[in-house]
Amino acid sequence: MIQSIAFILGTTLMYATPLIYGALGGVFSENSGVVNIGIEGMMTIGAFSGAASTFLLCDLYGPVWWVPWLGFLIAAIAGGLFGLLHAVASVTFNADQVVSGIAINFLGPGVSLFLAGILFGGSTTTPAIPLEAKLLRPFNNLLQDNPILGPIFNQYISVYIALFLVFVSWYVLYKTKLGLRIRAVGEHPEAADTLGISVYKIRYLSVIISGALSGLGGASLSMAIIANFRPTLISGQGFIALAAMIFGKWKPQGAMWACLLFGATTAVQIYLGSPQVGFKISTHLLSMIPYVITLIVLMGFVGKSASPAANGVPYEKGKR
Amino acid sequence: MKSRSMKERIIEKIANETLLFTILAIIMGLIVGAVVITISGYNPIDAYRAMIEGVFSKPKYIARTIIKSTPLILTGLSVAFAFRTGLFNIGVEGQFIIGALVATLLGYFIHLPAVIHIPIVFIGAILAAGLWGAIAGYLKARYGVHEVIATIMLNWIALYTSNYVVTRESVKMPGSESSYYIQETAQITITWLKGLIGPAKIHWGTLVAIIIAMIISYVLFKTTIGYELRAVGHNKNAAQYGGINVNRNVILAMTIAGVLGGAAGALHVMGEAYHVSVLSATEGYGFNGIAVALIGNNSPLGVVLSAFLFGGITFGGSNMQLLGIPTEVINIVIGSIVFFIAIYRVFRFITKFFASRKLQKEAK
Repeated sequence: MIQSIAFILGTTLMYATPLIYGALGGVFSENSGVVNIGIEGMMTIGAFSGAASTFLLCDLYGPVWWVPWLGFLIAAIAGGLFGLLHAVASVTFNADQVVSGIAINFLGPGVSLFLAGILFGGSTTTPAIPLEAKLLRPFNNLLQDNPILGPIFNQYISVYIALFLVFVSWYVLYKTKLGLRIRAVGEHPEAADTLGISVYKIRYLSVIISGALSGLGGASLSMAIIANFRPTLISGQGFIALAAMIFGKWKPQGAMWACLLFGATTAVQIYLGSPQVGFKISTHLLSMIPYVITLIVLMGFVGKSASPAANGVPYEKGKR
Repeated sequence: MKSRSMKERIIEKIANETLLFTILAIIMGLIVGAVVITISGYNPIDAYRAMIEGVFSKPKYIARTIIKSTPLILTGLSVAFAFRTGLFNIGVEGQFIIGALVATLLGYFIHLPAVIHIPIVFIGAILAAGLWGAIAGYLKARYGVHEVIATIMLNWIALYTSNYVVTRESVKMPGSESSYYIQETAQITITWLKGLIGPAKIHWGTLVAIIIAMIISYVLFKTTIGYELRAVGHNKNAAQYGGINVNRNVILAMTIAGVLGGAAGALHVMGEAYHVSVLSATEGYGFNGIAVALIGNNSPLGVVLSAFLFGGITFGGSNMQLLGIPTEVINIVIGSIVFFIAIYRVFRFITKFFASRKLQKEAK
């Protein structure tokens, strides 16, 4: 019994992690007033560049300790570059942010799969990263054989980084001058501008951070949960992260809880479907559970969502 | 003096023309694709020649391009229609799946002469998909659930529902991961064209899709319902103040969007696929529909044209594979086109710049 609960909790953390990164990405972008529907594309490019660069680095230098870290960093940079692209369109050129986000969602997989084809001889997947070059499990020696704490806490470092980043994001947004500026720009850019805050700079920064976080989310899948990039890897997780961010009312901690809820329903579904439980229900019906529960939970929150006031509105200096 | 202001006006009009910007965006997208192809060490002229040949060099290629474009007309129309009414329908994917599933079931289980069978299958499928779309509309109207979230969740629920139904014993073809084929009486492939174009399955669905586009255009711009829907899309509060029932219109809009998405799925099954398979992930008809709607500027006629463009680029582009170029360059081209449509102001800036320079020159 306790072991089953441990399994469910551990699986929850595992499945919530990529979503948490993506949702945090959404939090930064949208609090500064830029709708980011391109999280999906940014996660895809992050997943690809993380897995591909780790594999190539490992090929060159062997599985040295810094190889996965550098790969993880490269994923953030790649995501950040796509964030920059989104920022150029939606901040500098006042583009419709939804349209630009959709473009990102085509470009992310397009560039990833194209590069995979060029780098790995026509393949759409990257070769598997050797076990030693995946992200590390910090408590592996300590918890490996523990039947209860093991399944829960013997996670990849990416899980702990995600939870730490939730705290950092909350701190930055609500306890620092920068966070105040980000939120001011998202609520009332004209007022912020009057006070000498550069709306453009703050939005650029937020959208780039958003891309970098989403990139890490993709990499937390391709470098930890599994060990390579494949075309169906992200398949919709960016959109679920987006949903979690809205559900979490545009707040880091709220988004985290929403992601954990989604992770938990996925974990329960996997637990019920596992052979030792032998629940006699079609796996297709079980797979539906997370989505149905999310919808039902959302119905309980009648009209309470509070998006930043200027979210999605391009800012033009001097326009009333 | 007078003629100059006239000229100025004409140039201004051209500079503001959406069509011009769209064409410029398409050209820019193709240029980005060419740059990417060149950087990867291939010849872009050969690549685009392969793409054009992939569409036009044989009658069967033209036929296949038309077939590939047909569902995109309807999924694009569904997204465009919802956009016009102020809703973002990410749920076309799910509506497509429901339409295809119901069409398969009605097409397989019912035995009737074709004259009755075909309309029953089609109408049954689009009604089911319309109801599916209405769920998202109802959740928004009644519970304030954002339609983007609701439709994302409903896409997955539709996918797993379809997988569940397809794997039932009475539906699943033994030894496969897909359903039985629909009866011949439910198929709408134009069989007498076979001699002309070979095995490509040209079907009546293309014509139906174009007729539906005309109907939607009429409904949106010439009827009271269309006016109310667009009013809600334009300014919800003003519409409410003007006595329009916003909630009812939200549900109606999502229902119609669902009908359109479902029609795409139904025609795909009736004309081309004849059955549905177990899916591990969504097939992308819905997401491609979003791009089609955006490239078509959310107007029904624009959507029809952009669906053929999209179908041509994707189907013809797959021919680039023969040169060793990864076909994913197609997604880069399409993404770039959408990106340049997003930043259309760049073009406005450029055209205005050249227009004013030309005027200055003439003034001298």
